[in-house]
Amino acid sequence: MIHLSNIHKSYVTGANKLHVLKGIDLIIEQGELVSIMGSSGSGKSTLLNILGILDDYDNGLYKLHNTEMNNLSEKKAAYYRNNMIGFVFQSFNLISFKNAMENVALPLYYQGVNRKKRNKIALEYLDRMGIKDWAEHLPSEMSGGQKQRVAIARALITNPKVILADEPTGALDSQTSLEVMDLFREINKSGITMIIVTHEKDISERTDRVIRLRDGIIENGQYN
Amino acid sequence: MIDIDKWKEIINTLKQNKVRTFFTAFGVFWGIFMLIIMLGSGKGLKNAVFQNMGDFATNSCFMWTQQTSVPYKGFPRGRFFRFNNGDTEALIEKIPELKDLSPRLQGWGGDGANNAVRNEKTGAFTIFGDYPAWNKIDPIKMTSGRYINDLDIKNNRKVVVIGKRVVEVLFETDENPLDQYIKINGVYFKVVGVFKSKKNGQQAEREEQNIHMPFTTLQKIYNFGEDVGWYAMTAQDNIPVDIVETKAKEILKTRHSIAPEDDRAIGGFNVSKEFKKMRGLFAGINGLIWIVGIGTLLAGVIGVSNIMLVIIKERTKEIGIQRALGATPFKVIWQIINESVFLTSIAGSIGLVVGFWLIELINYGLESSGGSSEMFKNPEVDFKIAVSALIILIISGIFAGLIPAKRAVSIKPIDALRSE
Repeated sequence: MIHLSNIHKSYVTGANKLHVLKGIDLIIEQGELVSIMGSSGSGKSTLLNILGILDDYDNGLYKLHNTEMNNLSEKKAAYYRNNMIGFVFQSFNLISFKNAMENVALPLYYQGVNRKKRNKIALEYLDRMGIKDWAEHLPSEMSGGQKQRVAIARALITNPKVILADEPTGALDSQTSLEVMDLFREINKSGITMIIVTHEKDISERTDRVIRLRDGIIENGQYN
Repeated sequence: MIDIDKWKEIINTLKQNKVRTFFTAFGVFWGIFMLIIMLGSGKGLKNAVFQNMGDFATNSCFMWTQQTSVPYKGFPRGRFFRFNNGDTEALIEKIPELKDLSPRLQGWGGDGANNAVRNEKTGAFTIFGDYPAWNKIDPIKMTSGRYINDLDIKNNRKVVVIGKRVVEVLFETDENPLDQYIKINGVYFKVVGVFKSKKNGQQAEREEQNIHMPFTTLQKIYNFGEDVGWYAMTAQDNIPVDIVETKAKEILKTRHSIAPEDDRAIGGFNVSKEFKKMRGLFAGINGLIWIVGIGTLLAGVIGVSNIMLVIIKERTKEIGIQRALGATPFKVIWQIINESVFLTSIAGSIGLVVGFWLIELINYGLESSGGSSEMFKNPEVDFKIAVSALIILIISGIFAGLIPAKRAVSIKPIDALRSE
């Protein structure tokens, strides 16, 4: 499903070069529930961004679903992001002037699904997340947990192969965090691969496999 | 094909960002609005000034006698002389380029002393002796009756054509002045026509106090003999009046034994030269309007592009989110351009309509108040110019949106997502 070998990534700021990823080798199979852990600066977010084709890498090989993700045109990248990957962010990244239903429906807009149909599908996903009653509300009128549910619904709507979550519980209280993790677990059961970046131990404990990063290399990638 | 869905998306986005939508729209609206108002006002000024000239024949000149300044053929300098009926015949015979020739004389009175009487009413008016040709050189509008004709000239008829103001002074309001008699300097004249001026303001007022009678009649009544006061003449179409002017002066000099190099003996006024000067002036004003107009338009465009820059900056994160969800760069750029074009066209059209509406309103106000001012009349705008201005603005709107949009998609999605 996900195949990384010898991935290198450096950030150049002025004269300084910061080597963030120093040769990552990683295989994640279809249907896994994986967490990536590491202290800040360990490169875990960078790794996730590369997995999500939001960022490029300097060296190595990245295969997603048997397709090489190297030197993609922005158009191709957008296509893969839309069809294969769902994102869940720490800060939700909902579009503030669209209501919950419209936010969830947005990925389908880029697939050319008509408004009526995509809004109907969006409502179904909101229903699955248990927040159908909030469909007409703007993000600013919702709590953090509700916003994250909207974001998860949005990540799921294109029926992706993998969901990438960057500190999905970072802005939530512990009770809501647990609820969100339960949701992830449920989604994972339907066969979608989940990769969660976190630095919270009790979050990673709820995944099947923990990948520990330290200073840009994988220190440990065993199953729980 | 119209993509209803896309338009719903655009309208939704604009509706949900009311403040920035309003300010962008206002910049465009103001640019077009100001351009329309300025073009209209310029045209109004021009119309008013040219209206002051009425339908005056522009390819015309005037000639009158002064004192000679060069001794010639035994005559001393400083001699007075007068044009006469013989000159009139000679001019017509010898100048084929001549179109209309109008010898003129002015009767006494009109400068304060009452010279016209009807029953108990009297008035002081300017009295001219004219040929029918005068009405072609400086036309008036006959409101009733007729102008002087050739038979009037031939038979020295005692008829007059009087201005509107003359009627107001000498007649009751409910009276028809036609075929009535008025007494001018002791002689009775029949009124055959009433006119009003084609000019406006003071010029019109002055003109409407004139009384025209046949040239030959005036010559006899006022004892002018064969004398002609002055000449007005026009050249054939497409021939400059300067040629006629030069030829006429030559002929008149020969006939009155005036030295060929004596430029002071015959006074003259060339309308076509003055008219050219005036046209030059308005070309200048028009040029100025365009400079200012383009400046205003440019300011509008810069305003739009500034606002677009701010909008794109503000939307970098939104664009980042959209791209993470699978929006292609083309789709993002297209969406922004669509929004900007939609906005500029709507706002520009409103500016166009409001501008035209205001111009029409001013026009209506001027007309209904009867105040066809000497400085402002019938403001109007060339619709084609206005629409091309709008098109320029929309195209500029595209570029104003395109540049920042391109920059927004050129940065990596992750950087866009991180920006706040």
